[in-house]
Amino acid sequence: MVKSIGTNSIYRLFWILTILFMGSCNDSSNTEISFNRDVRPILNSKCLRCHGGVKANGEFSLLFEEDAFSRTQSGKPAIVRGNHEKSELYRRLVSKDPEIRMPYESPELSQEEIEILAKWIDQGAKWEKHWAYIPPIENIVPPVVADSGWANNPIDQFIFSKLNEKGLSPSIKADKNTLMRRLYLDLTGLPPTIEEAEAFLGDNSPEAYENLVDHLLESSHFGERWASMWLDLARYADSKGFEKDTNREIWKFRDWVIAAFNNDMPFDQFSIEQLAGDLLAEPTEDQLIATAFHRNTLANDEGGTDNEEFRVASVVERVATTYEVWQGTTMACVQCHSHPYDPFRHEEFYESMAFFNNAVDDDSYFEKPKLFTYSKENKKEVEKLLDYINGHLFPGDGQVTKSRFLYDQKEALLTHLGYRFTEAEAFDNTSPFIELDGGLNFLWQIQDSSWASYNDVDLRKVNKMGFLVSASLKYAGDISIHLDSLNGRKIGQVRINSTEDSKLEEHGLKIKEVGTQIPEITGKHDIFLQFHKGESFEGHLFYLDKIFYYEKEPLLANYDKEFKQKLEQLAQIPTTSTPIIQELEKHKARKTYVFDRGSWQNLGQEVQVGIPNIYAVDESKEPSNRLEFAKWMVSDENPLSARVAVNRFWEQIFGRGLVESMEEFGSQGKNPSHPELLDWMAVKFMKEYNWKIKPLLRDFVLSATYQQSSDASTERLELDPSNSWLSRGSRKRLSAEQIRDEILLVSGLLNKTIGGPSVINSDVEIAGGWNTLPDYVIKGDEAKYRRSLYTFWKRVNPPMNMIVFDSPDRSACVSSRVLTNTPLQALSLLNDKTFFEASQLLAKQMFEADDQLENQIKFGYFKVMGKTLNGEKLKHLTQLYKEALMHYENSRDNLEFPDVALQYSDKNKPMLAALTMVANVFLNLDEFIVKG
Amino acid sequence: MDIFNEAHYRESEYNTRRHFLKNCISGMGALTLGSMLGGDLFANNLPAPMAGHGIPHFLPKAKHVIYLHMAGAPSQLELFDHKPVLNKLNGQDCPPSLLEGKRFAFIRGTPKMLGSQATFKQYGESRTWISNYLPKFASVVDEISFLKAVSTEEFNHAPAQFLMQTGSPRQGRPSLGSWATYGLGSSNENLPGFIVLLSGGVVTGGKRLWGSGFLPTVYQGVQCQSKGPAVRNLQNSKGVDAKLRKQTVDAINKINEQEYQESRDPEILTRMSQYELAFKMQTSVPGVMSIDDEPDYIKNLYGVTPGEGSFANNCLLARRLVENGVRFVQLYDEGWDTHGVGPGSGVDVGLKDKCSRIDQSMTALLMDLKQRGLLEETLIVWGGEFGRTPMMEARSGQGFFGRDHHGEAFTMWMAGGGIKKGFSFGETDEIGYSGIRGKVHVHDIQATILNQLGLDHERLTFHFQGRDFRLTDVSGNVIKDILTP
Repeated sequence: MVKSIGTNSIYRLFWILTILFMGSCNDSSNTEISFNRDVRPILNSKCLRCHGGVKANGEFSLLFEEDAFSRTQSGKPAIVRGNHEKSELYRRLVSKDPEIRMPYESPELSQEEIEILAKWIDQGAKWEKHWAYIPPIENIVPPVVADSGWANNPIDQFIFSKLNEKGLSPSIKADKNTLMRRLYLDLTGLPPTIEEAEAFLGDNSPEAYENLVDHLLESSHFGERWASMWLDLARYADSKGFEKDTNREIWKFRDWVIAAFNNDMPFDQFSIEQLAGDLLAEPTEDQLIATAFHRNTLANDEGGTDNEEFRVASVVERVATTYEVWQGTTMACVQCHSHPYDPFRHEEFYESMAFFNNAVDDDSYFEKPKLFTYSKENKKEVEKLLDYINGHLFPGDGQVTKSRFLYDQKEALLTHLGYRFTEAEAFDNTSPFIELDGGLNFLWQIQDSSWASYNDVDLRKVNKMGFLVSASLKYAGDISIHLDSLNGRKIGQVRINSTEDSKLEEHGLKIKEVGTQIPEITGKHDIFLQFHKGESFEGHLFYLDKIFYYEKEPLLANYDKEFKQKLEQLAQIPTTSTPIIQELEKHKARKTYVFDRGSWQNLGQEVQVGIPNIYAVDESKEPSNRLEFAKWMVSDENPLSARVAVNRFWEQIFGRGLVESMEEFGSQGKNPSHPELLDWMAVKFMKEYNWKIKPLLRDFVLSATYQQSSDASTERLELDPSNSWLSRGSRKRLSAEQIRDEILLVSGLLNKTIGGPSVINSDVEIAGGWNTLPDYVIKGDEAKYRRSLYTFWKRVNPPMNMIVFDSPDRSACVSSRVLTNTPLQALSLLNDKTFFEASQLLAKQMFEADDQLENQIKFGYFKVMGKTLNGEKLKHLTQLYKEALMHYENSRDNLEFPDVALQYSDKNKPMLAALTMVANVFLNLDEFIVKG
Repeated sequence: MDIFNEAHYRESEYNTRRHFLKNCISGMGALTLGSMLGGDLFANNLPAPMAGHGIPHFLPKAKHVIYLHMAGAPSQLELFDHKPVLNKLNGQDCPPSLLEGKRFAFIRGTPKMLGSQATFKQYGESRTWISNYLPKFASVVDEISFLKAVSTEEFNHAPAQFLMQTGSPRQGRPSLGSWATYGLGSSNENLPGFIVLLSGGVVTGGKRLWGSGFLPTVYQGVQCQSKGPAVRNLQNSKGVDAKLRKQTVDAINKINEQEYQESRDPEILTRMSQYELAFKMQTSVPGVMSIDDEPDYIKNLYGVTPGEGSFANNCLLARRLVENGVRFVQLYDEGWDTHGVGPGSGVDVGLKDKCSRIDQSMTALLMDLKQRGLLEETLIVWGGEFGRTPMMEARSGQGFFGRDHHGEAFTMWMAGGGIKKGFSFGETDEIGYSGIRGKVHVHDIQATILNQLGLDHERLTFHFQGRDFRLTDVSGNVIKDILTP
């Protein structure tokens, strides 16, 4: 919390001065020392390890300005502004006594470093913030360059001027075919189809490229491509992680992200809805689904684990993820102690945590709170039924509840009519011996005397309760029903016998309902169900599916058969559930404490919501709840959100971030390669584009920088080995999703359906046990060839091809993927079942396209790469074809042929097989799995 | 990956390639691809980015590690930790002092003490106590150092396995084998440096147990199977034989080479070498992974079960892999979780039966390595993710002899690779509940393993998310007492 006002403008002044000085000189002999440029690197590398946020030996720390100039153990400050001779810091650096000389037991500082520090002290030891915590200045003017017309837009002016400075020049423009494929992959994650390629290549108008850009920005595959990036940050998965790794239905969040990108939702709104959509006025279903962003945290369903421990772990993780995603700031270490290198104090982590600490969810199995929604088609059906029922109940114009959500209306209506049941797994609390079956459909008791409770059940009119159960033992057990506590008044008991003879079946289990009368009870109560063993104990008792509450005189008894049928219909319509964030009611609010050494069991002082001091926000303007916190993150005052966002999109398009350390903009991160460009774009993104992403990407891909050829010469590699200065186009391996999607597309297998429940394909390994599939997944032919971002994602066993090609496992937020190059990738591309199927299908199309071998090969290559095959490559492919043909001509057994060849006879059979090998080569080429 | 390490990693790669370019490509004309990639530069298919940073930190005692992880956690009280006093207390209520402030996975209320279901005798010159559950193993105790008072904080399988294998209870950190290969690279050009073999079922912690965490994925463990294809996608598709595969890989690499001439992207050269390695693995892995050619007396020694993914087969494979230069072989044998929730899952019948499936083969592994002179350069580590309680779990309230998870004190052992022979370190109290002498933590085990490989666990670090990470987090001491001088 900041007490002084106006520091902001002073820091801005420093920043401007710094830029001016940076521009004017490199020699520091007679000029002002810059803290950020000259001093901080020395402190960071030589001093902070012992005098920083973790250790402050001699009670001296150089992390915070106030600490650096305050009294040390000796009673005197170590730095005396204006006089290096009187400064202990200086004396320690030059002392000849090894016990005194700093850095202790390490090599001494160089003469130059010592002089810099001395001069800095003499000049008044002015402190500066790290650049990233100073907001970007607004009126940066793109450098004027004499580039003979190379630049397309101001981005190029920044790039060109830096290239000049480094003695480099831009590369030539990439050819039209290469540019086309690059653009398709960058904007939609898919290469062009053969028709799209022919259309673009045939368009010789000067606007052809720009038109294609605009066309692709409007493609509905745009959202899919960018969702892939965001889902890594959101650590999105279809399971909860940890030992059980049980399923989690949360795919509507994935679809929300796709739609948000497709609709070009401004990034500030995009952020606010995900962080605090529930706190907006009258939030829509979509805004609530957006909050599932932070319900992607791991949850632990193991026996004996403390729900509070893992609730706290989730909240801590949400803080760290929020800072990484929006601030490019690593906060994880601040959880245990002050940041070792950046000025974040230990307690500031918990002030941020206080914003997130009042979410309702608490690591329970059922993952309440959830939002229940209907599919588009079912929505209409529900509305129709509600209209019908309401029309009968309220002949005028009325309804039971005013809720905006159909599901709530349905629930209220059913309750009103006395048609009441609850899913057994929707409990509020349980003993540790309760688990759910693998599909999460049944509640399962793994020990005698285990129990589950349900809060606030209205029992006023109820006279009977029913339990839908499944059991295999003859006498499996009993359920006793208690009011308000486990030892509370017993109001009923049912005995569970074998259900093997039942005709009813659900999720593969035989089920039966057993009931008990209950006495008259007034008001709402917590209900406790206790489970007792029957004839023996075999690791578990029985399964409980649903609990019914029967009223003595339910309202629905007054209505005819048709009405009851409609009611039944309404109750049966399936919903999709999505765990969401909701804030606890005020009177239930939790207090937040500092965790000593990061342990949730060692509570320190209580803290209130707040944002770290370094942001220098006036205390009166500090956010006071999660919504205000989210709004502040994407406000003009926040120095980082726009820079971090722009940097992410830049990295996706240009292959590396302007700040290379995507997750770390702090002093341990890398400095921006083009600081002015980063700031200029961040400001433009906020002010001119109002946080819209499409115009930003449009600028990127229209730049001459983007359109350079990615071919490098040996000289360019020497001068700019990792292409930091963008003297050529980016050449980078495609992501796991892009590789698989591309193979599906070029072979014609791809199913382009957008959105919906997650799908099962050959990449998904289901080991059984806890790994059973939930009912809602899409299986079979309609699932096999969907785009990779729809693949059902188990955290413990993630899709194999995704992992082999460097997807994170989605356990934690990941800002950038590390690309590897392994033999397992080669084996996958050569032999994977689906990929080889694609090779065969491609071979068939090549064969059908022409009757000349050369044309067949050329056709295939064009389909795969969108360009003409050159002579040298054709030579190698023809040779392979001939070798393979000879092989297959001598093959007799059908087992010696790829399946596709068996569709042909005589001479055609070996030809198809040989072409399959050529197609297999296409899908393995470096150029095919690389964006060049 | 963070910048610092990435820079080093890329730099070393880049320099290697640049060297490679200057020396090979510029005058390539006549060179065939095979000779180009068969040279020394690619002999080590795993870059060891730490090389040149003073690694190994000191002279290694072991070149290889075979880690036998008994997943589910075996009971030390039925195998190694002989507690006559506990036997006397059998059936009595557990003293409340043992339960205060403790969390158990399944024990609730006041459980009864449970004496050992096994009988113990002393063996070898070292007079080591071993139970009748491990009769064969009793004959090799003079090769072993036992750690009797190992402790862990985790009491559920997955987190405890993660702690044991990655130094942290949460998934996402690099595993022991990844750290070892990150530090030392591989020593066989045809095989991955870190291989994982499973038996007894799916290990609870899943694949992330041998994941590379934030280290580059080249260091992740490659899961091989002794049944079916050894490595995923290793087998050619239907209609493709080895010769045709070689021809396709040659065609791929010739075109890639052309692409390299145009783009000069050094990553293409790596890809070409990886295609060569993939092809070599297709030939070499099934060979190494096939135990058919072993003589009968060796098969009998291990008690192999042809065609199955058994622990015995995996032990024999482990020897073959080490023989072929694989750096780190990790075995998981699942099925040691003896809660006694039913007949056959207790520490009486169930555990004895499970022991009979490992006794012969792990003994054979020690003997076989020794007779080949490989034991001296191979460190063997054996243990579960935690131990079992001296109390009976009695989840069902009736008579199956089960023990709950217990992290305060349990037994592990090490052998070979610079470890003392016939030695025992650490001691538990009279009922085997807590360590009273020579206590070691999971991180100490890890520090010791790295130490034997010539790696200092405090200096083998990786910069990630703003700080240096290491296997042992912020603790860990090498257990010097069990090391040969």
